Amino acid sequence: MLKKLLPSLTGYGKYALLTPAMVIIEVILEIFIPLIMAKIIDVGVKNGDIGYVAKAGAAMVLMAFFALIFGVLSGRFAAVASMGFAKGIRKKLFDKIQEFSFANIDRFSTASLITRLTTDVNSVQMAFMMIIRMLVRAPIMLISATVMTIIINARLAVVFLVAIAVLSAALYFIATMAYPRFRAMLVRYDSMNASVQENLIAIRVVKAFVREDHENEKFREAADAVRKAQLRAEKIVISTMPIMQFVMYCCMIAISWFGGRMIISETLLTGEFMSFISYVGQIMMSLMMISFVFIGIVMSRASTIRIVEVIDEEIDIKDDSGKDDLKVEDGSVIFDNVSFSYSKNIDNLTLSECSFEIKSGETVGIIGGTGSGKTSLVQLIPRLYDVLEGKVLAGGHDVRDYSIATLRNAVSVVLQKNVLFSGTIRENLRWGNENATDEEIEEACRSAQAHDFIMSFPKGYDTDLGQGGVNVSGGQKQRLSIARALLKKPRVIILDDSTSAVDTATDSKIRQALRENLKNTTKIIIAQRIASVSEADKIIVMDDGRINAVGTHEELLAANSIYREVFESQQKGVA
Amino acid sequence: MPGPHGNRVSAKPKNTVKTLKRILKYMHAYRLQLIVVVLSILVSTGASVAGTYLLKPIINLYIVPYIGNENPDMTGFISMIGIMAAIYAIGVLTTYIYNRLMINISTSTLYKLRTDLFTHMEALPIKYFDTHTHGELMSRYTNDIDTLREMISHGIPNLFSSALTVVGIFIMMLILSPALTALVVFIMMLMLLVMKKIGGLSATYFRNQQKEIGRLNGYIEEIIEGQKVVKVFNREENVKGNFAEMNEELCNAATNAHTFAGILMPIIGNLSYMLYALTAAVGGVMTIYGHLDIGSIASFLQYTRSFTQPLNQVSQQMNSILTALAGMERIFEVLDEKPEEDNGYVELVFAEENEKGELAETEKSTDKWAWKYPKKDGSVSYTKLEGDVRFEDVTFGYEEGKTVLNKVSLYAKPGQKIAFVGSTGAGKTTITNLINRFYDVPDGKIRYDGININKIKKADLRRSLSMVLQDTHLFTGTVMENIRYGKLDATDEEVVKAAKLANAHSFIQHLPEGYNTMLTSDGANLSQGQRQLLAIARAAVANPPVLILDEATSSIDTRTEALIEKGMNTLMEGRTVFVIAHRLSTVRNSDAIMVLENGTIIERGDHEDLIAAQGKYYQLYTGMFELS
Repeated sequence: MLKKLLPSLTGYGKYALLTPAMVIIEVILEIFIPLIMAKIIDVGVKNGDIGYVAKAGAAMVLMAFFALIFGVLSGRFAAVASMGFAKGIRKKLFDKIQEFSFANIDRFSTASLITRLTTDVNSVQMAFMMIIRMLVRAPIMLISATVMTIIINARLAVVFLVAIAVLSAALYFIATMAYPRFRAMLVRYDSMNASVQENLIAIRVVKAFVREDHENEKFREAADAVRKAQLRAEKIVISTMPIMQFVMYCCMIAISWFGGRMIISETLLTGEFMSFISYVGQIMMSLMMISFVFIGIVMSRASTIRIVEVIDEEIDIKDDSGKDDLKVEDGSVIFDNVSFSYSKNIDNLTLSECSFEIKSGETVGIIGGTGSGKTSLVQLIPRLYDVLEGKVLAGGHDVRDYSIATLRNAVSVVLQKNVLFSGTIRENLRWGNENATDEEIEEACRSAQAHDFIMSFPKGYDTDLGQGGVNVSGGQKQRLSIARALLKKPRVIILDDSTSAVDTATDSKIRQALRENLKNTTKIIIAQRIASVSEADKIIVMDDGRINAVGTHEELLAANSIYREVFESQQKGVA
Repeated sequence: MPGPHGNRVSAKPKNTVKTLKRILKYMHAYRLQLIVVVLSILVSTGASVAGTYLLKPIINLYIVPYIGNENPDMTGFISMIGIMAAIYAIGVLTTYIYNRLMINISTSTLYKLRTDLFTHMEALPIKYFDTHTHGELMSRYTNDIDTLREMISHGIPNLFSSALTVVGIFIMMLILSPALTALVVFIMMLMLLVMKKIGGLSATYFRNQQKEIGRLNGYIEEIIEGQKVVKVFNREENVKGNFAEMNEELCNAATNAHTFAGILMPIIGNLSYMLYALTAAVGGVMTIYGHLDIGSIASFLQYTRSFTQPLNQVSQQMNSILTALAGMERIFEVLDEKPEEDNGYVELVFAEENEKGELAETEKSTDKWAWKYPKKDGSVSYTKLEGDVRFEDVTFGYEEGKTVLNKVSLYAKPGQKIAFVGSTGAGKTTITNLINRFYDVPDGKIRYDGININKIKKADLRRSLSMVLQDTHLFTGTVMENIRYGKLDATDEEVVKAAKLANAHSFIQHLPEGYNTMLTSDGANLSQGQRQLLAIARAAVANPPVLILDEATSSIDTRTEALIEKGMNTLMEGRTVFVIAHRLSTVRNSDAIMVLENGTIIERGDHEDLIAAQGKYYQLYTGMFELS
């Protein structure tokens, strides 16, 4: 799985290879140290040769010193490689998400995309660091220490072979037992946290309905499930320590017993015996390390899968069909027998067989019930989604014939759910046109009825909006969003219920300004209020994904029952 | 956010001990188990240290003297190996015992802490949630409790056993050879120095890294939240550019931080090998001069190897324990927040009229409710719950010095429909927030059926009101469960009836599994309008005498609104209703309409009155049609 992410290592591969190289040198130096110690005892001390002891001692210190240098280098290289790796993955993920179409974005939730970019990348980075440092170190240590013991005394080394087999079997058993239990625990953990999150968001509902006790009970159940799952999982893992100790102690006892008898029968030297004791620690530690690394890899596996999912996501609107030099000449829009489905399923259509024509510069209103397909209809014009059947023409050409940037610059949408970004008002408006002059910005804001309230802020256009535009009210946010869209100087502007939080008087002023200042721009307005669309050149009535009727206010009032119903519901009570 | 008279949050180091004490108090219920844990760690550490020491007598007494002996006397050796095995067996057993007990203690403590935190959170006043972000509170449950889990189940036992091991080994070393121990002390000083130096550097760089992570994550959150806007404005390349810059900076900071964390281990490890080497050499020389024996060298060498691991542990655990304690302090801070105060003593009870026509309390669930008002002399009076709400000169502000409502007086007689109209920020929602005591009124009085609402138990007060809020929130669970939230013991029939009333029935039936369709993450699979319909159904099933509709139909198109109007009218019949809406068609048929501006009621009257008065309402109303 991790392999799929390896291309993200570009530029840091060198360090990723240098790390294990340094580690190998360090390990080999460390392996020889107990051997030299054995020589000090068996040759130096035995013969009373102080010169030998001093020389051997110096050699050992020197080896430890070099091991230290290589160890430090490996630490540095590992940091460079794994942080570079993480950077590469983050970049790849983020860039990929930027390519996502609306359909792709819908498929992943916002929260899950954020987790993938943050927590998941982090856990993969930690796993990678462990792999390049420990996954090389531990086996090399294990093998070379074992080989060393075999060279010293093959018979006594059998103790190690048995110990290694027993401990690996035990660790493997623990890991395979624990893994599903940990996964089960994580699921419970997630759902417990989800319940906290939900309560935070809906605290007013909980309090309004006096459901604190009910929620406490729900949470207690969730927390208890976590407790039980954790206990079940950790119960297994905690046996690692005692088992490890058990095997190590058995080694010590076995080496003392067999080794002692070998010394007595003069088939083993005392120093060699002592080096065996030292190798016990090294071998057992490396086995433990391997099991840690595997646990780490397994733990990061879920994260890796989630990252790869994003990277492998197929982008369903590709920007390769467009001709670069094709420009959107005017604001005419034609729907030719368009059907559309979010799930790309002909049996689950959101829009069916929609056909209509809008001339450049016209004002068009769209009216219809909740879920009747108004938003879906207009989102096809800037190609936020692709049609399933039929075609949408803008400026005389199929929208798929333009490059996406050209099309979206010419067709400006103010989305229902609008977002402003941290930064000043001016910076946010410049999203519409980076090179807009102050005069252009002001003009757009005047049209969107935003200029006055902006100027009422002490810092005017330089007011900082805070993350997500928290410093302005809903209605102000909507007006800023309209101004931002106007700055594109689009051929077609689409307002998708964009004035719902703006009072009626201001709403009508905005429409008036649009009519006067944007004569050549096609204006498409989705609205709830009849008043918002009644003076449009053309009103489209949507019902259950179909075009129910197209006409002027008067025509529809005379001939269309849905329109009349809506109109009457809004007129009732007028004196 | 402790207020000026909140809990004293003294400087960090002072709190370490206090926090630790408080955690121990938390684990009080497990004190017996904890004592067993401490004893087990003591025994386990002792066994490990003693076992290594046995190498000395084994080599000196039972091996070296018999080298080359054809028929050595093995009985001493065998019994020594037996002792070693026994010591080690006890060691393994006690290690298992303390690990196993710690898991019990830690999972149960965490469970208690989590539920305490949650229960306390549910009891906090709305004001607290206004001043703290969700992310902030969430991280108490995730980050802070997670680090605490690490600390309780691994950190503290590890630290304790490591410290014990270091002390034990040090004592044994002194016994084996004071001269060699001096060497150990020297190298150990070196190690501590390196640890301190690198630890300090590492902490600095980690802080840097944390800052960069915060910056990058903030950017990721913001952009991903607004991803669709990015697409609409073709800003992908700009955004990628900004991201790449921050990503690069994070990479640099993280590389530095991890470098220092990463080189500590090899440095300490190899310093320990140096110690090993020096011990072997110096010990060898000493043995040649007869100041030491081979057995002692063997034990000593083994000690030098098992010395650094715990030393390393101590330094690592100290850091994670400090982090955990800081997290714990944050958790305690939340636990120390004052919960919503409730000094109310008037209760809501089921009532029925007796023969004399007087109200009396009953166990049965009747349709009638009464306020049970205990008097000082011990007698109790009952007032029928009717839904009469009066504001008398209510002045209120969310923050001191910022008045949102200014001397607002109004009355709503039982069964009346009162509407509030005004621009954003005029104080409409605030009025409803005061009725159900999400916030308390410092000045003025609000009376409910003639009773000051501060005297009514909050839970009972809120039970008598039903709210449909501006932002609809649903819970994970089925559609059925979500509607039932209004009345937990509602039958399926009642739920369906309420859904029909709110005109939600037809769309619910079109959902894949009808009423049993699971809603996840706040009902993300429904449209805003559908969610509002569910919220209305939820309020309908609660069947309260007072209904508060705060922009309850703002996302429902007028045609659907017209369709549910009949249902809404049935719902509102016989109830006192407060309506907030900026869509004037929604409020037209109210008994009284209050026009709010800057926290003051500037106009009041019914639709005709206000149109005739030609004031603000008239302007708003006609503005709607000025173009038609």
